[in-house]
Amino acid sequence: MYDKLWLIPFFPLIGSIINGLLGKRFIKSEKAIGAIGTGAVFLSFLVTCRYFFQLLGDTEKVHQQVVASWMSVGKLQVDWGFLFDPLSALMLMVVCGVGSLIHLYSIGYMHGEEGFYRYFSYLNLFIFSMIMLVLGNNALVMFIGWEGVGLCSYLLIGYYFEKQSAGDAAKKAFVMNRVGDFGFLLGLFTIFWTLGSHGIWTVNFVDFSEHGHLLGVGSTVVTVATLCFFLGATGKSAQLPLYTWLPDAMEGPTPVSALIHAATMVTAGVYMIGRMNVLFAMSPTTMGVVAAVGAATAIFAASIGFAQNDIKRVLAYSTVSQLGFMFVAMGVGAFTAGIFHLMTHAFFKACLFLGSGSVIHAMHHALHHAHLDDDPQDMRNMGGLRKHMPVTWATFGISCLAIAGLPFFAGFFSKDEILWWAFASTRGSLVVWGIAAFAAGMTAFYMFRCLYMTFYGKQKTDPKAKDHVHESPWVITLPLVVLAGLATVGGFVGVPHAIDVVHIGNKLDAFLAPVFHHTQELYQIEAHGAASTEIMLMVFSVVVALIGIGIATTMYLKNPELPAKFTSTFSRLHRVVFNKWYVDEIYDAMFVNTTKQFGNFCWKFFDVKIVDGIVNGVGKVVNVLSAGLRHTQTGLFQNYALAMVLGTVVMVAIYILN
Amino acid sequence: MIGVYHYMTVAAILFAMGTYGVLTRRNAIVIFMCIELMLNSVNLTFIALSRHLHSMDGQIFVFFVMTVAAAEAAVGLALMITFFRNRESIDVDQINMLKW
Repeated sequence: MYDKLWLIPFFPLIGSIINGLLGKRFIKSEKAIGAIGTGAVFLSFLVTCRYFFQLLGDTEKVHQQVVASWMSVGKLQVDWGFLFDPLSALMLMVVCGVGSLIHLYSIGYMHGEEGFYRYFSYLNLFIFSMIMLVLGNNALVMFIGWEGVGLCSYLLIGYYFEKQSAGDAAKKAFVMNRVGDFGFLLGLFTIFWTLGSHGIWTVNFVDFSEHGHLLGVGSTVVTVATLCFFLGATGKSAQLPLYTWLPDAMEGPTPVSALIHAATMVTAGVYMIGRMNVLFAMSPTTMGVVAAVGAATAIFAASIGFAQNDIKRVLAYSTVSQLGFMFVAMGVGAFTAGIFHLMTHAFFKACLFLGSGSVIHAMHHALHHAHLDDDPQDMRNMGGLRKHMPVTWATFGISCLAIAGLPFFAGFFSKDEILWWAFASTRGSLVVWGIAAFAAGMTAFYMFRCLYMTFYGKQKTDPKAKDHVHESPWVITLPLVVLAGLATVGGFVGVPHAIDVVHIGNKLDAFLAPVFHHTQELYQIEAHGAASTEIMLMVFSVVVALIGIGIATTMYLKNPELPAKFTSTFSRLHRVVFNKWYVDEIYDAMFVNTTKQFGNFCWKFFDVKIVDGIVNGVGKVVNVLSAGLRHTQTGLFQNYALAMVLGTVVMVAIYILN
Repeated sequence: MIGVYHYMTVAAILFAMGTYGVLTRRNAIVIFMCIELMLNSVNLTFIALSRHLHSMDGQIFVFFVMTVAAAEAAVGLALMITFFRNRESIDVDQINMLKW
């Protein structure tokens, strides 16, 4: 049975505690710390695998496992409970699998860093929180994980806390996530009280699915609640309007960017919508908003990716854009496709980030060796690294092909399924499809721009450092190879029916059916259209991707002088895009500065004038009164005696007259 | 016939005179004498009421008052002498440092 599910979050928690408490003083050795950290996650991965395969062979697909009672308030009973169904099982496989690889990679990447133990402690704590988020059978356990991953994200972005920019980025991420969390809580309260008014006091996801219809299909309350949840998702998953923290989060170490800010944490919003698919499906308005925001983010972030020179920033905007694709999928009711893209994206984007990390690692050492201060992340200092770093180049290239959506790589299947649903779903629309397809072409362009600038052409590194760029050690290249392999073949679990010539069958769709099909049937969400149309669309999106790649090849490989010419011709447009459409500046002006001004108002007016004024005023009044009263103290005893006598006379008089 | 009211009236008049003296005179010795006058008027009421009520309590109190008055006179005169040594006067208008 599934009674040892608690082992999955247990190992990383213990790993985190051991490394965090004992790492600095007692363990010290990098090898031991790395082994504990990686081993803990790998053990979780093994347990997950065991239960995953058990679930594959099981007829009953939804299992709840209660470990302990958490609280019992009135009619509400909340447990420390786990929900193991195909959705959480798949997500756990991604989190623990990719997590193990990135832990292994980190041993090589973080070698020699101060606070090595701290890094692994945080990373394990992150895996623990993420597992709680995924595995929780009620919204409160999920919320603990939700907050936990936010905290770990903050700690790891600010890992190099002695750098001002890293500290600022960490704070920014935390604050923006809080805005989203606020939405999550509001949504939860709304659902809780509304269901409660129908006599069902629960925060359990299975109960949500079962009794969700009580809220009323398409009712205002369900729309408001799901929109609040979606606000939470935009914060965590970096969608418009709360995406600006993610590019800044690149201040953290690169494996962190790969694990938290590409593969796992930022997909929590998508996962949450998948988990509550019944509630979302009940409100077509919310679904429309989700799809629209997703599409807008996909194209907006892709456009910024065009003009960035920092290799990690390109990948960060690419992540935002790809998350937009996932939300498009969720918004048009293609829950399976969204989760599918989440999975394939975890493979190729983690691989891309780790590849960029490998490059940065090599560049850093080369520049350090030559005593140069050049930016090791700036692609303008790279070029021609293919010869020096063949493994990194090959894996990075494969992942680029996958993300661009070239046939039979992982991204091809997932992206085309999303596009097909956007086109043909009962909840889809041609506009959303058009925007998403265009964004897919843009993705191909900027990813190949990144690939060419880094690995092809003439090496633009400073001559002194040029020959010191070397391939990274095996702990770094092994995860790259594994992830690149997954990015190549990972898509075959979800082969669409239209091109399934050898009858593999859409395994993923069948696997996730217990979670999503009921909803889709209930609310008539389906993609219908001829197989020929589907194939046409596929050909179209491949052509779009090829055009994107073609333009990138012309501009950055064949004619390296073209981009400069282009930017000088459209200098104003380039400046706007290069500065990320000035969104940060707009937010600063609109929110940050107004908040600061409000704070200043509270401080300089309310606190200083009013609060301090009252306190000082009371003191002054007492001062003035006593200055007057002290004149009655003459020091002459006869005056006091007179007062005494008069007082006595008055008292006696009152006594007598009464 | 002279009754308890007559004694009371005399005592009240004496007490009022003593009080007036305490409040108005400047010479500390005279103020002292006025205080003695007040104490003795009270003694007079004690004695009169003791007889009127056939109770010995009042007379016992009078002994206490007389004892305290004697002690007070001793302490008070000592204070006067000290004060006179400092100021060469026993005018109470000059004793006004206990203020503000």
